[in-house]
Amino acid sequence: MKVEVPELQAIADRVVAQAKNGEQIEAYVSRGGETSVRVYEGELEHFVSAQSDGVGIRVIKDGRTGTAYAGTLDEPAIAEVLAEARDNVQFGTDDEFAGLASPDGVEPVPQKFWDDELAQYPTEKKVDLTKDLERRALAADSRVRTESANYDDGWGETAFATTTGVRTSGRANSCYVSVITLADDGDETQTGFGFSVGDSPNDFNLDKAAREAADRATRLLGATKPATKRTTVVLDPYVTSQFIGILSSAFNGENVAKGRSIFAERLGEQVAVQFFTLVDDPTNKLAYTATDIDGEGLAARRNVLIKDGVLQMFVHSSYSARRMKTKSTGNATRGGFAGSPGVGCLAMQVTPGTKSQAELIADIDDGVLIQEVSGLHSGVNPISGDFSTGASGVTIVNGAVGAPIREFTIGSTLQRMLQDIVAIGNDVDWLPMRAAGLSLVIKDVTISGS
Amino acid sequence: MPNTELLLVEPDVLSRVLAKGRSTGAEFSEVFVEDKRSTSAGLDDGKIEQVSSGRDRGAGIRVVKGDTTGFAHTSNLSEKGLLAAAEAAAAAASRGGGGVNSVALGAVLRHPVNTIEKWPDEVTKRKKVAILQRVDLAARAVHKAIVQVSAGYGDSRKRILIANSDGVLAADEQVRTLLRVSVVASGDGGMQTGFQSLGHTIGFEVFDENDVEALARAAAQQAVTKLSARPAPSGSLPVVIKHGSGGVLFHEACGHGLEADIISKGASVYKDKRGELVASPLVTLIDDGTMTAEWGAIGIDDEGHPSQRNVLIHDGVLTDYMWDYLRARKEGRRQSGNGRRQSYQHLPMVRMTNTFVLNGPHDPAQIVRDTKQGVYVAKLGGGQVDTASGDFVFGMTEAYLIENGEITEPLRDGNLIGNGPQVLRDIDLLGNDFAMGNPGTCGKDGQGVPVGDGQPTLRVKSLTIGGTAA
Repeated sequence: MKVEVPELQAIADRVVAQAKNGEQIEAYVSRGGETSVRVYEGELEHFVSAQSDGVGIRVIKDGRTGTAYAGTLDEPAIAEVLAEARDNVQFGTDDEFAGLASPDGVEPVPQKFWDDELAQYPTEKKVDLTKDLERRALAADSRVRTESANYDDGWGETAFATTTGVRTSGRANSCYVSVITLADDGDETQTGFGFSVGDSPNDFNLDKAAREAADRATRLLGATKPATKRTTVVLDPYVTSQFIGILSSAFNGENVAKGRSIFAERLGEQVAVQFFTLVDDPTNKLAYTATDIDGEGLAARRNVLIKDGVLQMFVHSSYSARRMKTKSTGNATRGGFAGSPGVGCLAMQVTPGTKSQAELIADIDDGVLIQEVSGLHSGVNPISGDFSTGASGVTIVNGAVGAPIREFTIGSTLQRMLQDIVAIGNDVDWLPMRAAGLSLVIKDVTISGS
Repeated sequence: MPNTELLLVEPDVLSRVLAKGRSTGAEFSEVFVEDKRSTSAGLDDGKIEQVSSGRDRGAGIRVVKGDTTGFAHTSNLSEKGLLAAAEAAAAAASRGGGGVNSVALGAVLRHPVNTIEKWPDEVTKRKKVAILQRVDLAARAVHKAIVQVSAGYGDSRKRILIANSDGVLAADEQVRTLLRVSVVASGDGGMQTGFQSLGHTIGFEVFDENDVEALARAAAQQAVTKLSARPAPSGSLPVVIKHGSGGVLFHEACGHGLEADIISKGASVYKDKRGELVASPLVTLIDDGTMTAEWGAIGIDDEGHPSQRNVLIHDGVLTDYMWDYLRARKEGRRQSGNGRRQSYQHLPMVRMTNTFVLNGPHDPAQIVRDTKQGVYVAKLGGGQVDTASGDFVFGMTEAYLIENGEITEPLRDGNLIGNGPQVLRDIDLLGNDFAMGNPGTCGKDGQGVPVGDGQPTLRVKSLTIGGTAA
């Protein structure tokens, strides 16, 4: 359902209406609020209730771009932002491809982004359910303590206008709960977490979040460091989601144009095993990052990135599309009013296979189930493809899970991992990340330990 | 020099807002006011893509009643806007009655961390952009294999004002200037990257004191060198970390675990360890917010407490944790100047400032010569730690093999993994060539703050290298 926000749209329209001859202007106006509840040992630790708003303006003239933003919607401040953006134009380099998006006739797929029940959900109940979540996590296992239980929600309204005729507004809200746990055994302490997301708190599965948090903390108690070897790994859905998310930058058309993608020059080539298909589909309402429009106000759309292992396309904003002599794929990204548009995948999903995780494990004589990874930002280089992350999980011996292991790394390259996929699970999990999760089996990965 | 004496909000307004914060019976209320102007410029693919200006201005109001903190923020700095936020924070912290109707503030506390010679808003944008163009030219000139250069310039001038119901009234002005450069080189074996950055808590004079061309060439050379890199080894080996590149090891291996909020929840391997030997006796670890011009320097912390130099580990013995207002109050002790927040929209918590290890007795060249087989890390990337188990990772973005006491072949990127307490004990050689490292952003609970780190060349006798070579 499309809900418009006339008040913010009017502000954006007023900015754009001030464009002078030869000037392109884009205005992005937003307003939002958040509630954050944290409970510790049955008591409310903090309660945050906050609202914020702001405007970001981009001006393009003679191929030069300037931008500015302010965290307020006061009229004098908006005038100052426009003046600053105009002033900044003169310092940009003339770029023949610079410009705003123009309407391309693709209609947005209507989706539900606003939930009235969440909007009206009473504060007391938010606190109560957070306390409830903490109690359930504690009840799940006697070895478990909590570090915190949290409820967070947020709402936002945005409006967007350009001199090229893009004009759109909307609002959205969302909420989630999470619990951080600690499990003790003698001198050893391990950490776990669990979470649940929903359109409104009525959708939360507190039991599942509590159980997962307790499991994650306790399953690593007594874990040892494995020996170094090359082996087959099963990535848990939560890990696969992070792995696939890293690939986003390789499909980024701007990175391709600037020679920063491992997939540049490889269109039409077999970049993954034949049974691997990857789509970016923000129109799928099951995806946590589903959206109707992209960061330039164009309709978000379904794009097939890899089909049967063959690289099909790159994703584009209007800028990268002009550089590559193609059309925007509705993949402009944007980090709020203070950010400028970039390019990226919006909601990635690997086409699922047919087996459950247990069935995948049953096929493996010797391997490791990777349940968590750390240091993706420091150990994965999406430009060279080098992949190395900290990991923890359990061994797989003769088709069954064995002992817990930790303090090791898994290493390969992104290019090889896609070619080394052995099997894909059917256990799709729409995690609150950019890519959906499922179990993924990859061979010839180096486990580095003792 | 611009007028730094102006308070962002009048003291009598602050008093009324603080009283409103305590109107529901809370023991403590606090106003944090911020006015930040920033400029950034990006160069990529040989072009200045854009110059951007930003303004963030607002106040966060914190109210503490018993063990509960209420928090609200507003971008409206009028008395009306501030009172509304104070009322929201008070309601958040409490449902009770009681109340306070006046709060007296002390004299303004000021604790300048350094003098600014060239205020960023008095330097033309053209000069800022020119820095990026110099970087681009210098990096590309290094080698024909350089195929891409991107560089970013950023400066910010942030005025903060903190008042609380204990009578604290403190103000600071924090100026930071940053330059970063990323380079891509392409060769037969694919692409490799190089990265360097420079950041200080001073103004544009940072570029009089540092050679930006040298920085650009270093990033380019790093990428070119890695074109011939071989896969890093896997398994456990001795690791030598070059001075000024490995402070992040201490940040992750023990820094976070020494933050009092994590300690108080029993989520750190260093809980109940004060007075105990937790590291090699070679190690003395300091967190120091007063280090002039360093990236993590602050005049006052974001709770109005003057920054200070805190000894965390002395000759291997854990001496103290880092403290913010809430945790210090609970323990009945003084804060340590480590209460920090990302912006007025965030609650403060315990954070590091500049964290570093002091010089040891060893000759850095000898440390390498004494290592028969191992890895020499010349540049580290970011890291991540699980404070409860102590397991941490950090990335190596420039590393070499050590063979028979000599630095030999370059290695591809990877993570190193270790366990904090074990790695601290395993530091068996510590150099006498201390240097501070690159500017960093430390993330915790969703908030990022600028931090610095430093260390002399050192050796860890065994660390697990996350490579792919057998």
